[in-house]
Amino acid sequence: MAATSVRVAAPGARPKLPGPLELSIRAFRCWLVMYRRTWRASIWSSILGPLFYLGAMGYGLGSLVDKHGTASLGGVPYVVFVAPAVLAAHSMNSGLSNAMFPVFGGIHWNKIYIAARATMLRPVDIYRGHLLFATMRIAMNAACFVVFLGAFGLIKSWWGVFLLPASVLLGVAFAAPIAAWAVTLRTQTPMNYVIRFGSLPLMLFSGTFFPLSQLPAWIRPLAYATPLWHGVALCRALCLGNVTLGAAAIHVGYLVALTAVGLWAGSRTYYRRLYV
Amino acid sequence: MPGILALVPEVLVRAQGLTKRFGSFTAVDGIDFELQAGEAFGFLGPNGAGKSSTMRMLGCVSPPTAGNLTILGGDPVRDGAAIRARLGVVPQEDTLDNELTVRENLLVYGRYFGLGRKLIAERTDQLLDFVQLTERADDMVDPLSGGMKRRLTIARSLINDPEILILDEPTTGLDPQARHVVWDRLFRLKQRGVTLILTTHYMDEAEQLCDRLVVMDHGKIAAEGTPRELIARYSTPEVLELRFAPDEQDAAAEKINDLSPERAEVTADRILIYEADGDKFLERVRAAGLTPLTELVRRSSLEDVFLRLTGRTLID
Repeated sequence: MAATSVRVAAPGARPKLPGPLELSIRAFRCWLVMYRRTWRASIWSSILGPLFYLGAMGYGLGSLVDKHGTASLGGVPYVVFVAPAVLAAHSMNSGLSNAMFPVFGGIHWNKIYIAARATMLRPVDIYRGHLLFATMRIAMNAACFVVFLGAFGLIKSWWGVFLLPASVLLGVAFAAPIAAWAVTLRTQTPMNYVIRFGSLPLMLFSGTFFPLSQLPAWIRPLAYATPLWHGVALCRALCLGNVTLGAAAIHVGYLVALTAVGLWAGSRTYYRRLYV
Repeated sequence: MPGILALVPEVLVRAQGLTKRFGSFTAVDGIDFELQAGEAFGFLGPNGAGKSSTMRMLGCVSPPTAGNLTILGGDPVRDGAAIRARLGVVPQEDTLDNELTVRENLLVYGRYFGLGRKLIAERTDQLLDFVQLTERADDMVDPLSGGMKRRLTIARSLINDPEILILDEPTTGLDPQARHVVWDRLFRLKQRGVTLILTTHYMDEAEQLCDRLVVMDHGKIAAEGTPRELIARYSTPEVLELRFAPDEQDAAAEKINDLSPERAEVTADRILIYEADGDKFLERVRAAGLTPLTELVRRSSLEDVFLRLTGRTLID
């Protein structure tokens, strides 16, 4: 076949590609269509989760703690001490749960990613679109929690208006890197390890249920290095109103940096995983 | 386009030395081909021949390791998303969303391409009618039969009105009746002028659907042509298939060899004799004192071409 005797389709015929935001939103909308089927069940867990936590840890355990004095908690009742931290832990968990199994499933179970990669979406759009949806779910859970905190009178300061963005940031700081990692998995076992040896210890030892001053001094720097501790400290300060701008900036900076690292990693891991 | 240019075939895909390696394994080993607008082009070969790897490269979801590949005038790595906007892809494994309805599957897909809801609704009605799934439009995907799911996947791949439709093993795993329905729909698409690229390891599928095809084996193209050309070039008009009792086959094969047929192949359970006139040769076999258990004279097929080119059968 002589090359001169044929017309090659003109490159000019290519349509202009929409911007990255538009493409990410297209991927996000797919998750919305799916969510229409499951939102009822998810709303119950959004409502009951905070109620269980606040009831058991705040008021149940709290009544016991308060009898022994709360000077080490800053002189506030245990429920006031623990509530914003539980909000942070709750956000971390919704970040993880929205970024692990659904991401793995996008490749292995419902194959949403595999279907989407054949369209004009690029791997990075698929990643960002899914992260947008995770962000929406984190925000819904956090908003529900914040409403309960307000209703129970546990928000002691006007700084509390920043509780929602702070807890969403915390959730996304977990979701972005975890999704970047989950997409590379061949089996689901490592995700169970993250819950067992990752989120559970984080929740227990990040100053959530007791102040870090109760831990041996040598282990404290380890706790300070965890993202959850920054989220807990930030939420607690916002809730109690003892915000210092320097500390807040460090907490926010840490979580933003973690999100940025996740976004960078995700654009690479999704590309490698989806374009074989 | 008016004038003389309209008579010149338009090349939609051009591959030169196209190669895909996974580590030390070479899945596609330097293949060349061109796809022209309006044709149905097939990749025929056994499992593991490199067909699916080639399809993924054509679908712009697998960067080539080496060689040149131009699709719709663009580079699949640099312009992947823009090219995919003009492709339809029917993957080997269904990627339908089982938790959504038939219609929602098309909606989600159409939205990926940025189509408006109204346009998607219009096209959905037309496409579901085309693949005969109108009655199931609001049913969930999960309970649909394999053939229906495959037809739905085809409908979904057409939602963006693609210029090229890429089908990877479109009827693998379907029962014969369902396969014929799929073939019928693909044939209609072809008649409408949709350019098709498909892979298959069914020679009847290749014969029915492909204007032109390449035979692939071990990542290489073994031959290229129309089904008829390939049969004429690599086989005889007729094939005589003889079966003997298992313990007699070897002796029979030797005797047949003495009759010097144009070509003979001994497979596990039969002897294939390639001759222009099968009946005439059968008489000579009988005259030589051989009595086969069964005998069949048939026309040559792509299966024979494949056997000739590779020494193996397509489906083992």
